[in-house]
Amino acid sequence: MSDWESASTARVLPPARPRKLAKVPFVELADGRLQGVVSSGSDIERVYVSSVAAGSYEFACSTNNNRPCGGARGSFCNHIHALITEAVLQYGAERVARYLRVEGADVDAQSIHSVMTGTRPSQADSAAAAQVFSRFLRHLAYVELPPTTAPVPELQWFPPTRAVV
Amino acid sequence: MRADLLVDPVDGIDEVLAAVAGADQALTAGLLRPQPAQAAGLVALADAMAASPLGARVAEAAEKAAAGAAGEEHLLSLAAARIALFGSVHDALVERIEQATGRVQAGASIPVAGGGQAENLLLAARSWLADLARAGWQGIDHDLVSGAAPVVSALLPEPRLRRLAAVLDGFAAELAASCPGSALERIPVRRWGDLWSRALLLTLPGVTEAPTSTVTGRLLPLGVDLHEHATAAQAQVYAVFEPAGGGAPRLVRASVSAPKPDTIIGAGIWQLLRPHLSLLAAVSEGRSMDLTGMPITAEGDLLWQAEHAKPGAPADPFVTARVVLPAATTSPAAPLDRHPARIAVPVFLEGYLTEQTGETLTFSFAGQPVAVDTDRVPAAGPLTPEAVAASSACIGLLRWDSGTFRVQPLAVETTARKKTVAVHAGAWAGGASDKAGVKAEKAATDAATVLRERAGRLLRK
Repeated sequence: MSDWESASTARVLPPARPRKLAKVPFVELADGRLQGVVSSGSDIERVYVSSVAAGSYEFACSTNNNRPCGGARGSFCNHIHALITEAVLQYGAERVARYLRVEGADVDAQSIHSVMTGTRPSQADSAAAAQVFSRFLRHLAYVELPPTTAPVPELQWFPPTRAVV
Repeated sequence: MRADLLVDPVDGIDEVLAAVAGADQALTAGLLRPQPAQAAGLVALADAMAASPLGARVAEAAEKAAAGAAGEEHLLSLAAARIALFGSVHDALVERIEQATGRVQAGASIPVAGGGQAENLLLAARSWLADLARAGWQGIDHDLVSGAAPVVSALLPEPRLRRLAAVLDGFAAELAASCPGSALERIPVRRWGDLWSRALLLTLPGVTEAPTSTVTGRLLPLGVDLHEHATAAQAQVYAVFEPAGGGAPRLVRASVSAPKPDTIIGAGIWQLLRPHLSLLAAVSEGRSMDLTGMPITAEGDLLWQAEHAKPGAPADPFVTARVVLPAATTSPAAPLDRHPARIAVPVFLEGYLTEQTGETLTFSFAGQPVAVDTDRVPAAGPLTPEAVAASSACIGLLRWDSGTFRVQPLAVETTARKKTVAVHAGAWAGGASDKAGVKAEKAATDAATVLRERAGRLLRK
């Protein structure tokens, strides 16, 4: 067994990297998709729920009130573009590309975007939007969960790391 | 400290770890239809436990699991066996550390807590963990892993169940990022076996209950240790406690933890935790604190309540480490917490030579090298690997993982312009005053503000 395989504190996930949250408060690689929420530039109450599926690059974008995004007809809208850009900031281009199954060396946000649009992906129905939005609300709820001063020994398994991936 | 004792192998550990590896191999392939190799691994685990009070139950569980017929109670027995074996490794390592540091443990061993009826939430967690064990690490997929989300969401608001929630949340995130398991090139088998078995035992009702007493006296901080996964963080302050009526000083710990969104990182974590542990401000200011009737567990964990503490006189951690730490007693670990990964023993080191070989830094004591784990030093703080490499004295936590003792630096003394200066990993915990720290605080405040605004606007609709 390698040291990594036999280490209780083996690092599996690199920590998220800092980014500004104003435009894209939420982005994640989950459920086989790059998905997240983009704040509307014009209406403070409105957010766009956007996603791209790994492998097929099937995409969807709609508002939290379930109205289709006008920009996402035929190809990726600006919200999806912003989502890819912010995902690359948060997770690193390599991890985003690997998750979406975008091949190629020296990937960056722009190349991930153009590889995916180049395959002329089809538009998904808005079925995923409700799930993505509820994951966003779940994510926001973490802001308000109570802290505790009782020790959590299990967190000893989760040391910080200085490694930037 | 006798560094030579940290370099010498500890007898018996390799044999125990081989038995654990057998069980971990079974968990890798899954317990749905175990192959002969997996069955042999389970038998090895049971054999290692044969002479213990758990022996008969583990043997039965291994037999059922090898036949692909393990129920939840059998999985609980296998998890308990795995944790008991690590308990023996823990005890051997702690004994070796006592020999190396010359410090002794005070206090009787802690009895096993728990009993009673498991609530539905715990049963739901157990059911998911059982499904996970049947699929094995190589069998995980998005459907299976996402089953943890509703359980975690229901556990998190309940501080009483926070230990289970924190480990399940962090574990599930790693599994989700590793799907599908069939495509994994390498698997962190020891780690996932640890997390799985701990989570499973934490579904036993009352298992985290700890009797408390109270203490009054002076608290002298040594340093801050930080833990984090994407959606939780914990700061633990290591300190020496001097009882008011005299008596031996005691090593203690004060903790604060909170769930967090994954975009709260770096200085944002200190901002999140700071308001709930007044001790963090005392650490940044270099002060002691005076405690009156503060609750404490038998493991030496202070259960911090601000009303039982007030700021005391200035206290230099390096003076505490040089003068008071050598005489401080340690506390025993609760049965569930007897695991090598939880060993973190404060030590004071000086008179070493630092040696950098590639990425590995070592402190060398009269030719005996001890590895230094600078990767654990939080990025949101002034202590850097470079400062550690240039240091002449160090307050650290002695840890052990993957067969090796390592020192995690909490603070070092280095020389700058011919003067000795101290640099603390947790200097920003209570608030940053240097330029880099202030900048990091500003960025973190902006991120938290956005999330709170979005939560306020969207969450309660």
